Amino acid sequence: MDSNRCRPFGPIVIDIDNITKHYAMGDETVHALRGVTLQIHRNEYLAVMGPSGSGKSTLMNMLGCLDTPSSGRYEFNGKDVSSMDGDELAEIRNKEIGFVFQTFNLLPRSTSLGNVELPLIYAGIDPETREERAAQVLRDVGLGDRMHHKPNELSGGQRQRVAIARALVNNPSIILADEPTGNLDSKTGQEIMALLEDLYERGNTVILVTHEPDIAAHARRTVHLRDGVIERDSLLTLQAQCLSHSRSSVG
Amino acid sequence: MKRLVYELSESWKIALAQMQANKTRSMLTALGVIIGIVAVTLMGTAISGIQKGFDKSMSILGDDVLYVSQFPWARVPDWWNYRDRREIKTQYAQTLNRLIDSTPNSNLIVAVPTSNIAKSVKYADNQVTNIFIQGTTSDYPLISVVDFTHGRFFNEMETKSAANVCLLGYDVADALFPSGSPINKEVLISGQAFKVIGVGSRQGSFLGLFSLDSIVMVPLPTFQRYFSAKSESDVRVKIRDKSKLGDAKDELTGLMRRVRALPPEKKNDFDINEQQAFKSTLDPVKNSIAIAGLFITGLSLFVGAIGIMNITFVSVKERTKEIGTRKALGARRRTILLQFLIESTALCIVGGAIGLTFAYALCFGIEHAFPSFPIQFSLGLVLTSMIVSVLTGLISGFAPAWSASRLNPVTALRYE
Ligand SMILES: Nc1ncnc2c1ncn2[C@@H]1O[C@H](COP(=O)(O)OP(=O)(O)O)[C@@H](O)[C@H]1O
Ligand SMILES: [Mg+2]
Repeated sequence: MDSNRCRPFGPIVIDIDNITKHYAMGDETVHALRGVTLQIHRNEYLAVMGPSGSGKSTLMNMLGCLDTPSSGRYEFNGKDVSSMDGDELAEIRNKEIGFVFQTFNLLPRSTSLGNVELPLIYAGIDPETREERAAQVLRDVGLGDRMHHKPNELSGGQRQRVAIARALVNNPSIILADEPTGNLDSKTGQEIMALLEDLYERGNTVILVTHEPDIAAHARRTVHLRDGVIERDSLLTLQAQCLSHSRSSVG
Repeated sequence: MKRLVYELSESWKIALAQMQANKTRSMLTALGVIIGIVAVTLMGTAISGIQKGFDKSMSILGDDVLYVSQFPWARVPDWWNYRDRREIKTQYAQTLNRLIDSTPNSNLIVAVPTSNIAKSVKYADNQVTNIFIQGTTSDYPLISVVDFTHGRFFNEMETKSAANVCLLGYDVADALFPSGSPINKEVLISGQAFKVIGVGSRQGSFLGLFSLDSIVMVPLPTFQRYFSAKSESDVRVKIRDKSKLGDAKDELTGLMRRVRALPPEKKNDFDINEQQAFKSTLDPVKNSIAIAGLFITGLSLFVGAIGIMNITFVSVKERTKEIGTRKALGARRRTILLQFLIESTALCIVGGAIGLTFAYALCFGIEHAFPSFPIQFSLGLVLTSMIVSVLTGLISGFAPAWSASRLNPVTALRYE
């Protein structure tokens, strides 16, 4: 047992307690989440895994404050978000969360720079600072020479880099990536994973949704979902191991 | 606040980019607004042009001059009550002036007689018929401004001595003397020779209203010597203060009753007219233009607004995923609402600007084709058009923009 992995975690960023989400589909009710409890600390690298339809994206939307749970409590950085209204959630998403989508979701008529500036506009940052910061993040993800290109002039990998730059530009507390390599070939996918790894190394909190085990293998912690409940959380396993390890070394 | 400004300027850029990306679609959609703005501008131009031309004609009559005449200018239903009235005599002017001078603080300044008759005027081989010959005194310039291109008004001497001199209106001079100056030439007015001593400057005629361009003025005694029969006379009285028109009218009525020696129980057997009476004749013309214009404007703006509403709904639908993305990145409801409102408004503003350009070109064309029609393309019209455009954009864009702003971010992001 590598005792290094038993090092203490940072403060808790996300604290969800027994949340559920159901959708009304005509007469039927779809239970997408059936009671999920999860804590995520600062500078974790977590992968959410599970088969299709298991509720990964629904959980992701909850974590990203795009939606509110049907029941249960959600605290983000100590603030209760389960009762916030649409504009308050928008504020949290803008300041605290960086989204990376499977389909990139760039604005087609804006340049890389324009796309990356968007969250800064919504944050009320002045134009000069905006451009400066957007340009800096684009250089950081290796796109210093693609700032004035439109999405259709970029490769898939480059588009996802622009999206990652956009997610980073507001210095969010967490980065949420839903199947970020789903639309990329495996080589480009590996490059994107290396970039996320790098972000994690630099102190960011990264949450990844994937159904591919070799993508999930990049994360330090894996949460398995099945039918809207957590089937397995590697952190809990690890904590149990560390607990017995310290007991045995003491004993 | 600052945030709102940044959001607005970003929305504006997006709106323009959106229009550029869908040029044909945007143009077709804006067509209704374009037509509406052309209609409203042309209507406004026509109305203010008519008003301007009318005012000009009226200013020739003078808005501080009362006309003592035999009959009222306005049409009356009971004309039989008027037909036995005595004629107005030019001598009244002298009596009136004496009375005015002896009244302390009179509201009236001076009375000037005129007599009018239609005659033909001839010079060499050129002849103009049915010209108003007006006899008056050298006091006439006191009640009405007379501008000259050549020469001068007749003086007191020429009036008293009944000299055969005359002033030609611009159009009369133009017709009789296509080349060369008329000054000191002799024209024939129904066979009598008159020396031309002045030519009036051009005033322009409008809708057949009264214009000094087509009259000839001669001294009153001369007029009476040759043209007395069948002429019509009036006495024009200049008032001191336009704002006391009513008082002046009352005073003049009193003076005229004295002149005519009417006992108190008798009704007035004369009328005191003023140019105000003409104003009402213009209203039906203006109103019918306004009604036609407003109808066309309203209809095309209505059709235009529906088109724009439709295209904005389409745009919202097409860009549902973009709306979801923007919301994920922190756009608030207001942000999305404003973005689509600005898009519909930008479309209308561009449509309005194109419409204005068209209307301006049309006015320019009309002005050159019909120089006598007074065109008035005003800043007020430009502002009105732009306000109408903006309002159309806001109204037609509201429903789609509202629905966009209410979209659930998750639903919007899942939209394919
Ligand atoms: N907006 C929605 N309306 C109705 N059902 C939904 C909605 N979102 C998700 N679901 C349902 O909830 C379940 C979980 O979906 P999802 O979270 O997208 O799973 P995953 O991302 O793991 O594939 C699925 O059965 C899905 O059909
Ligand atoms: Mg999913």
